[in-house]
Amino acid sequence: MQEAQLLEAYEWMVLTRSFDDAMVAMWKQGQGVGGTFSQRGHEAISVGVGLALGEEDVVAPMHRDLGTYLVRGMTPARIFGNLLGKITGPSRGRDANLHGLGDLNLGIIGFISHIPQALPTTLGAAMAFRYRNEPRVALTFVGDGGTSSGGFHETVNMAAVYGAPFVLVVENNQYAYSTPLDQQMKHPDIAGRMAGYGVPGVTVDGNDVEAVFEAAVEAVDRARRGDGPTVIEAITMRMLGHAIHDGAEYVPKDLLAAWEERDPVRATRTRLVELGIDESVLIALEEKALAVIAGAAAEAKAAPLPDPATVTDGVYA
Amino acid sequence: MSDNFGSSDAAASVDRNLTYLEAITEAITQAMVDDDSVLVLGEDVGGDFGGAFKATKGLAARFGDARVMNTPLAELSFTGMATGMALMGLRPIVEMQFADFITSAFDSIVQFAATTHYRWGGKVPWVMRAPSDGGIRSGPYHSQNPEAWFVHTPGLKVVAPATPADAKGLLLAAVADDNPVIFFEAKPLYRSLRGLVPEGHYTVEMGKAAVARPGTDLSIITYGTQVHTSLEAAQRMAGDGLSVEVVDLRSLKPLDTETILDSATRTGRVLVVHAANRMAGVGAEIAALVAQEAFEWLDAPVRRIGGLDTPVPFSPPLEDAYRPNADVIEAAARKLVAY
Repeated sequence: MQEAQLLEAYEWMVLTRSFDDAMVAMWKQGQGVGGTFSQRGHEAISVGVGLALGEEDVVAPMHRDLGTYLVRGMTPARIFGNLLGKITGPSRGRDANLHGLGDLNLGIIGFISHIPQALPTTLGAAMAFRYRNEPRVALTFVGDGGTSSGGFHETVNMAAVYGAPFVLVVENNQYAYSTPLDQQMKHPDIAGRMAGYGVPGVTVDGNDVEAVFEAAVEAVDRARRGDGPTVIEAITMRMLGHAIHDGAEYVPKDLLAAWEERDPVRATRTRLVELGIDESVLIALEEKALAVIAGAAAEAKAAPLPDPATVTDGVYA
Repeated sequence: MSDNFGSSDAAASVDRNLTYLEAITEAITQAMVDDDSVLVLGEDVGGDFGGAFKATKGLAARFGDARVMNTPLAELSFTGMATGMALMGLRPIVEMQFADFITSAFDSIVQFAATTHYRWGGKVPWVMRAPSDGGIRSGPYHSQNPEAWFVHTPGLKVVAPATPADAKGLLLAAVADDNPVIFFEAKPLYRSLRGLVPEGHYTVEMGKAAVARPGTDLSIITYGTQVHTSLEAAQRMAGDGLSVEVVDLRSLKPLDTETILDSATRTGRVLVVHAANRMAGVGAEIAALVAQEAFEWLDAPVRRIGGLDTPVPFSPPLEDAYRPNADVIEAAARKLVAY
């Protein structure tokens, strides 16, 4: 990553973290609607992958990929709008929290809870590009939990058979809700399993935005060249509960403490300082992110709720 | 797309006597000729093989492997793949080898494809062809009629043609529609039923029933294979001077409530018939509709006939006991007329 790229990545990571902090605070204060999902610990993955995609590419992010939504151009105000059930959210009040944040103008397929249903759907987007001979790539995410589902196997196998321009990023954050890895899988090396499918499997440090970005660029380039799919396993840690209601008491405190030492936002900042970036530059962009998020939250709070008379609108195209 | 896409009569000048299956193959071919974004995918549909029932025979040679895609044995994921293709502007025709296997793709259909437009505006214009129905001694896993699950799902459209001409026209309408459509083919009719089919492109509007036989004494509301058993029962009763109307629903979602209620209010007696098992079947919705909206016109309670509430049995005497037939329909119809 060039220095300017790393600085840009840091700016998106700070925006993602600032959004998350503001969101968690709002929900803790009872100002939220329903539940929501913290992004803490996942910023390097969602931002690094988001920056690796081209403008014409398509991505199906999950509920921990806020950075990807932001990098693709979905504004914080729209996302807050969705969280609060406002008509300004991409789902116009139809879908909850970080689900349903779809906008094909931004190349984003909206998320559904039924993991890994986004995998075959994203493969279909990739196959549509190939059908039309377009040099585009489709990428999606799954957690460690989702790799246990049959659709994960089906999709990786089909992507391999078709040599599809498809990239899958596994966000291995150690827990599927409360279930740790050793209760999910006998063979914990998810990327290593990919040899069985004839697909390259790459493991990266999910808290290192440069490593994530470089692995994603390589996979996206490979797919775009027509050389087929790649599965990237990014190792990280979910730093808060599964959702906002979940105190995650089941996660050992020393495990969290060890990962806190490796916080991806702070690690990127440290790297930038080491590279000689003036700290005032970093402080300025951090303050700007806080202001942008505060403005976006205020805008979303002021936005109108949907008219109940429109409840049946949009069932059919 | 050709200029006449969507019209119901253009270029449809010559009728031929085709089987139900030939009409379906002709519709797929026509759709692929009309629009480069139409492709076919599913298990065994490609190459020279052309699918378990040969509905796609010859298409790979004509249109190429990219437009007639064989898939691995993975119903969930090839359905999801079709959804992704559709979101990107293609119009996939998915072959579910047997309608029974559709459950393996259930999540992808009812959670993703059906909800996407409502949730965030993504259009999913695919058609899933599902060879359904029994009577051909194929047992519990190759004989089912799972339409009620999908009629219950907001965001889907569901059609079930009973004739070759409707099969072609409804399939072309389904391909042109911007929503996911489950297209239940009556596989017992594939080679056993022939009918006149117009040439070229035409559509049959989804959501419109047809009066297959007009009558004044009783309405049989039905679809799929049971249109033919109902017509047989109606024909027998005509010999006794009884005038039985048979309404072929053709589409189950949207449901043509206007035609159902028009028939019910004219005859005052309603028998609902389908091959699917009766409990919470499509017939229950029709019976409730008639009871609620046409109560004052009724001279008898609404009656339903369907398959039994068992898995579809294999052995001939068991399957014959399970399935509706013309004798059962005639007996019920005579009771209703005499009520």
